[in-house]
Amino acid sequence: MAYKHFEIIEKNAALLGILTAIMVSIGGLAEITPLFMEAHAVKAPAGVKPYDPLRLAGKDVYVREGCYLCHSQMIRALRAETQRYGHFSTAQESVYDRPFQWGSKRTGPDLARVGGKYTDDWQRLHLEDPRQVVPQSNMPAYPWLEHNKISAEDIEARMRVLRQLGDPYTDADIASARQALAGKTEMDALIAYLQGLGIQNEPAGKVPVPTGHGGMP
Amino acid sequence: MPNTEYYNDKVVRQFLLAAAVWGIIGMSVGVLAAAQLAWPLFNFDTSWLTFSHIRPDHTFGVIFAFGGSALIGTCYYVVQRTGHARLAYPRLAAFTFWGWQAACLAAMITMPLGLTQSKEYAEPEWWVDILIAVVWVSIGVVFFGSLARRRIKHIYVANWYYGAWIIAVGLLHIVNNLVIPVSLSKSYPIYSGVVDAMVQWWYGHNAVAFFLTAGFLGMMYYFVPRQAQQPLWSYRFSIVNFWALISVYMWAGAHHLMYTALPDWVQSVGMAFSLVLLMPSWGSAANGLMTFNGSWPKLKTDAAAKFMVLALVFYAGSTFEGSMMAVKTVNKLSHYTDWTVAHVHNGALGWVAMITIGSLYAMAPRALGRPAMYSQKAMEWHFWLHVFGVVLYVGSMWVAGVTEGLMWRATLPDGSLTYPFIDSLLAIQPMYWTRWFAGVVILAGMVLMAWNLWHTAADARARLIKPIPVPIPEPDPHQVPEPLPGVG
Repeated sequence: MAYKHFEIIEKNAALLGILTAIMVSIGGLAEITPLFMEAHAVKAPAGVKPYDPLRLAGKDVYVREGCYLCHSQMIRALRAETQRYGHFSTAQESVYDRPFQWGSKRTGPDLARVGGKYTDDWQRLHLEDPRQVVPQSNMPAYPWLEHNKISAEDIEARMRVLRQLGDPYTDADIASARQALAGKTEMDALIAYLQGLGIQNEPAGKVPVPTGHGGMP
Repeated sequence: MPNTEYYNDKVVRQFLLAAAVWGIIGMSVGVLAAAQLAWPLFNFDTSWLTFSHIRPDHTFGVIFAFGGSALIGTCYYVVQRTGHARLAYPRLAAFTFWGWQAACLAAMITMPLGLTQSKEYAEPEWWVDILIAVVWVSIGVVFFGSLARRRIKHIYVANWYYGAWIIAVGLLHIVNNLVIPVSLSKSYPIYSGVVDAMVQWWYGHNAVAFFLTAGFLGMMYYFVPRQAQQPLWSYRFSIVNFWALISVYMWAGAHHLMYTALPDWVQSVGMAFSLVLLMPSWGSAANGLMTFNGSWPKLKTDAAAKFMVLALVFYAGSTFEGSMMAVKTVNKLSHYTDWTVAHVHNGALGWVAMITIGSLYAMAPRALGRPAMYSQKAMEWHFWLHVFGVVLYVGSMWVAGVTEGLMWRATLPDGSLTYPFIDSLLAIQPMYWTRWFAGVVILAGMVLMAWNLWHTAADARARLIKPIPVPIPEPDPHQVPEPLPGVG
C-alpha cells in the first residue's frame, strides 16, 4: 500500500488518537469480557460462606500490611508445588477475595493452605517477631498488631459494601459483627484469617494434607 | 506570520527538577527495602518503615513519580519542538505539574500508612486515584491541544508513542481502579477472585507496556536521532512497530498468571502474544541502534549517547528475556522467584532509567539555556556507576531466582522434596547483600546527576535565561517518508 493510504492518519491528531484507543482496547476486551461472563458461573463451593466478621477484619489487615508482596496464595498446578503446599488452588476458592491475594513473589512460602498447619500461639509469636520461632527468617516483625483494636462499626460498614457488591451477607451476619469482634485485636483477626486459609474456603471434609518435610518453614 | 511565540520551557524545567528529586527518593526507598530483605533489623519494628509498607513506595516512586515526571516533561518538550508550536493551555499545563506532584506526594505518604488497594503498581486508594485520573486527563488535553496547534502538518512518530501512552494509561488506570469506597482509607474492587486477577495483570502488564515502554519509546524516537545527529534509520519501520506494539501488548498480560486458576485458554493466548511481542520490541530497538550508524565515534565522547545506546541494548535484552519468561516451561521455574525481580530491573534500570538519563542529559542544557551540561566528567562517572550497578543487580537476582526455582522443585530419589523453604532463603542471602550494594552504587550515580543538573541550572535559578522563540516552519506541503531501506 502506498503511503497515501496512511497519510491521513499521520496528519490528523484526532484520528490518530481514536485509532490508537481502538487498537489498545481489543486485547483487553477479548480476554476480560469472556472471563467476566464466566465469572457468574464460578460459584463458591457448597457450604462455603463469605468471610465472617473476624476473618474479614483479618483479611483486610493482611491487605493493609502488604503480606501479598512476599507471600502468594496461589498453588500452581505443578507437582513440586502440590507436594509442598497441598492441592492446587482453584478459581472457586477466591470468589470472595476483593481484591484477589494471589501475589506474584515468594520471598516467604505460599499461604493458600497455611490454615491449621501451625498453632495459634506459633502464629502469634511468629507475627510478633518471626525470629522467635524461625531464627533465620528475614520476615519483618509486626508487633503493633497486638495493640490495635478492631472497630466493629468499621467492619459492619465493610460488610454492607461487600453485600452491595454481591457477597451474600445476611442482616444477621452483619449484626453478629459486634459480638464477634468484642475485645479482638488486629493480631487475633489476622490469625483467624490465616488459620482459615485453605480450610474455610474448601468444601467440608476435603482438607488436603501436605506431605513431605517441605511444608516446614 | 510574525514570530512572537516562545516555547513554554518553564513547565519542562519543573518536571526535570521533579524527576531528579523523585529519582533519588524512589531509589533510596529501594535501597532501604533491599537492606531489609538482607538484614531484617532495618525494618526498625516501625509499621510505616516496614518492607511490606514501603515496597509500593519504591515502585510508585520510581515508576510514576520519577518516570512519570520525566515522561511528562520530555513529552511537553518534544510536542512543542516537533510541532513548531507553543504548548496549549499554559495554566492547565501548570496544573498538570502541581497536580502530578500532589498526587505522587499523596500516594507516597498514604501507602506506607496502610492505605492500599493491594494491587501491584496500583496501590493508592480511591481518592488518590481520582486525583491521578483528573491530572491524567488534563495532561491528555494539554498534549492533544498542543498537537492541534502544531504548524508542521505531519505528526512526528515520537508523539504517536506519547499519545498512546496517555490514552492507554488513562484507560488502564480507570478500569483497574473501579472500587466502592467504604471510607477514606478503605475500598473494595468491583471485581473479585479470578476476574480481579486478570484485570490487575492486564493493568500491571500494560503499565509496563505503555508507561515503561511506549512513553519511553516516544522519548527515544526524539532524543536518539537528535543525539546521533542523524535521521531515524527508518521512519516507516517505526510506524509499523507502533501499531504492532500497541495492539499486541494488550493481549500478553495473562503470562503473569501461568499455571494458576486462570482458565487455560487465556494463559495460552497470553503466552502466544508474548512471543509475537518480541518482533515489534526488537524492531524499535534495532531502529534506534541503526540510527547511530555513522555516528558511532560519538560514543567515545558523548555520555548521553552512551546512555541511549546501552538503553536500547538493554531494551532488546529485557524484551527477549520477557518473551522467554512467558513461555510456560520457563515460567514454571521463574515465577514467584527473584528472577522476576531481575527481569523488572533489567527493563527498569537498564532500559527505562538509561533512556531517561540520556534524554535528560540531552534536554537539560537546552531547556536550561546552557551550551552543555555543567560537568562532562560527572556524566561519564554516572554512566559507569550505573552500568556497574545494573549488571551487578541483575546478575545477582538472576542467580538468586534460578537458585530458588531449582531448590523449590528439587526432589529426592524417593520423590519427596529435597529442601524446606527456608533453605532457599539462606542459599540466596549473599545475593541479597550484593543486590543492596548494587542499589547503593546506582543511587550514587543518581545523586551525581542531581548535583550536575543543579549546577547546569545556575542560570535558570538566577533567571538569566531567555525564552526560545518558536521557529517558523518551511512550507513543505507533501512530506513523504523514505521507503524502508533494503525493502523498497
